[in-house]
Amino acid sequence: MLEFTLNGAAVALDVQREAPDDAPLLQVLRGPLGLSGPRFGCGAEQCGCCMVLVDGRPVPSCTMALQAVGGRSVVTAEGLGSPAAPHPLQTAFLAEQAGQCGWCLSGILVSAAALLDADPDPDDDAIRRALDPHLCRCGSHNRIVRAVKRAARAMREGAPA
Amino acid sequence: MSGQGFGAALLTDDGRPRLPGSLHLNRRLSQWLAIHPEGRVTVTPGKVELGQGILTALAQIAADELDVALGRIELRPAATPDSPDEAVTSGSLSVQVSGGALRHACADARRIFVGVCAQRSGVPPEAIRVEDGRFLAPDGREVGSYWALAGAELLEAEASPDAKPKRAAERAVAGRSVPRLDLPDKVFGAARYVHDLRLPGTLHARVVRPPARRARLVALRDGAPLPGGARVVRDGDFLAVLAETEWHADAAAARLAPRAEWAAEDSLPEQAALEAWLEDAASRGERGTVEERGETPGVRGARRVARRFLRPFLAHASIGTCCAVARWRGGAVEVWTHSQGPYNLRADIAKALRCAPERVVVRHAEGAGCYGHNGADDVALEAVLIARAAEGRPVRLVWSRAEELGWAPLSPAMLVDVEASVDERGDLLGWRSHVVSNGHSSRPGRAPEPALLAASMLAEPFAVRPAINPPMAAGGGAPRNAVPIYRVPSLRVETTRLLDMPIRTSALRGLGATLNVWSIESVMDELAALAGSDPLEHRLRHLDDPRAVAVLRHAAAMAGWTDRRRREGIGLGLGLARYKNTGAYAAVVAEVDATAERVRCRRLWVAGDVGEAVNPDGAANQLEGGAVHGASVALLEEARFDRRAVTGAAWEGYSILRFSEVPEVAVELVAPPPDAAPLGAGEASMGPTIAAIAAAIHEALGVRPRRLPFTPENLAAAMADDAP
Repeated sequence: MLEFTLNGAAVALDVQREAPDDAPLLQVLRGPLGLSGPRFGCGAEQCGCCMVLVDGRPVPSCTMALQAVGGRSVVTAEGLGSPAAPHPLQTAFLAEQAGQCGWCLSGILVSAAALLDADPDPDDDAIRRALDPHLCRCGSHNRIVRAVKRAARAMREGAPA
Repeated sequence: MSGQGFGAALLTDDGRPRLPGSLHLNRRLSQWLAIHPEGRVTVTPGKVELGQGILTALAQIAADELDVALGRIELRPAATPDSPDEAVTSGSLSVQVSGGALRHACADARRIFVGVCAQRSGVPPEAIRVEDGRFLAPDGREVGSYWALAGAELLEAEASPDAKPKRAAERAVAGRSVPRLDLPDKVFGAARYVHDLRLPGTLHARVVRPPARRARLVALRDGAPLPGGARVVRDGDFLAVLAETEWHADAAAARLAPRAEWAAEDSLPEQAALEAWLEDAASRGERGTVEERGETPGVRGARRVARRFLRPFLAHASIGTCCAVARWRGGAVEVWTHSQGPYNLRADIAKALRCAPERVVVRHAEGAGCYGHNGADDVALEAVLIARAAEGRPVRLVWSRAEELGWAPLSPAMLVDVEASVDERGDLLGWRSHVVSNGHSSRPGRAPEPALLAASMLAEPFAVRPAINPPMAAGGGAPRNAVPIYRVPSLRVETTRLLDMPIRTSALRGLGATLNVWSIESVMDELAALAGSDPLEHRLRHLDDPRAVAVLRHAAAMAGWTDRRRREGIGLGLGLARYKNTGAYAAVVAEVDATAERVRCRRLWVAGDVGEAVNPDGAANQLEGGAVHGASVALLEEARFDRRAVTGAAWEGYSILRFSEVPEVAVELVAPPPDAAPLGAGEASMGPTIAAIAAAIHEALGVRPRRLPFTPENLAAAMADDAP
């Protein structure tokens, strides 16, 4: 049995029957755990589509083995917030209409959440650096940077974005 | 977003009353919308969401014409056999073709419903006001509603040419920026894409690819059982595995690959000699005239420029990989796909299976961003072939990154020769150009053989036809935008379509325009310099179209073009085009920061006239996306290959711009004339952006780029060529 915390809830996976402990975390999150936020993009840590937070740090889940998260906390885009209780970043991304196809967004959102945890007032360069592991092909980069700044402002002011 | 589609443009007069867009061929109103008693409207267009926001724009159009709140409209994804057949979602035509049809269909629905209400209530139809679906008499009394008449099957009728859609000034929803309907799912990580489809009992598949574009599977050795009880599926040279889980499918494919023995051959050109290959293949190609006017014995005059421009093969490089789900039941197959053309895909799957199209049902579900004819159709046939081995069970096939970059169709390498001259006053005298390229369309649904990748690998294989070009009436393919927008008395534009196709080519955002716009704008800059004119003034004096003038002046004003001061290592450049010479206008000013070792595009100013903008923020987003895509193509992109296969099959082998490299972009929409038609927004800014970056590099470094991408190596080669 492999136990960890997923989006705040305890999870126990039977490694004999549900998922072997060397399976990629991404495939386990999307398979037996039924999530859609983390997405496959390259399988080689080069695009950021599968980024999740492990103990608060952004980590590509495509190459991480399931066993590596035993006892740790994993957060995905689903865990940041929901339509009823959105994370300020999610509110800000909608306000800025920061996205087109949206494939990159759930990975970018978790990296941005980690950035704002560490730096509540990042400038443009700091945001771009933090998001450099993420590819976006639709050209939504500038809107995404604006949305992160908007969320940071809202979080500093304790108001909704 | 992009690509090429020419169904609508090829319509011939069929004797029936002309209806707008795709309504002409899909005339039954119930194909387009349904009204439900509980106060909802479902809209079922044949065009599909590619990440461009089309569903939101279409919902706005429907809400406006019906006079119901936007929140009551629900968009259903296209599916055969019930959705209207709108061919391919491409060519920046969806708002024109689908939006025009839907606008008319909804106006007609409103006319029919109000007419029935008028008969029943005795209130004349012209006196009935529609407010969020309720029909009100002049005294404010409610005399009916869509919802009350929903059961009457009023939409089981052919659309009438008499319906009168609203004029622009009467619209309340279309023309306003509204939030995209699909974006909430995307920021909350909800299941939205075909990749997220979770049908009970789903199996997972992987394809084992040959080591070369030309290869035969000569032997498949036996070995230990595959992981997780995975099975092998083979049809000729098409080889795949099928497993209960994704990890077993990956492991099984890795285990099976070394057991396959391929007879592989060299079939690709030398990458380092791409220009020579294009010239050589052109000698066997199909040459034709694109446009000719005035006398064209040659370009005369002392102030003459003759230049060659080159472009490598380009990849779609979507960040999500292609995916499809297929399920066979009793001799019929259902497939979920992010194809741009569900009916065309159905036709080609049926051809590949050698069965009737009615035995194939194709359902659209969103994929990652689509910028043209990528592998979406290919992966759908592959899922169908593999699923045959698992009657009744859904089979989900996802391509790897290597398959995405290495096996999807590429946008062809191109060469353009331009020769042009001006007189002593700086007026253009003559223009000749010749565009050499593979065709820009291998889309399914149009040839006797299926155009899908696996069709040529089957035990009974189909031939692969060289890619074609859409006709110029539909915007052309390789010669798209090869005819300058500028006034020139003598002109001849020719093109040669290559019939050798070592790398399968098809439509990618902009098609030939990515090269042609740059070549024209670069030559215009050189002619301006010969005439001693500013690039802006030189363009303005050759423009007759006031809308082109307006976007050019607007972009120049945004960037402060006329007051700019020269700064060391910094350059500004401008680019202009009207996409396809019939679509949206875009002018771009680029600022680059360049040294011999490094070129960086720092800022872009984009002015666009997209005609009617149903969702102005969506149109601005598309123009910005096209500009960033253009900057990425300009500075980085080049598909790499050896004599056997495309080799740059991971992101380190095919770079696109990252966050820290993306320029700041300012976009402004220039107001079109009143009641202007929509012109599409997805592809217009890309060519002008590339042209503007090239011009800015010249201002910064003194060298005119001749070959994409504008890397320090290619610029150094251009500098050496320019040396006396």
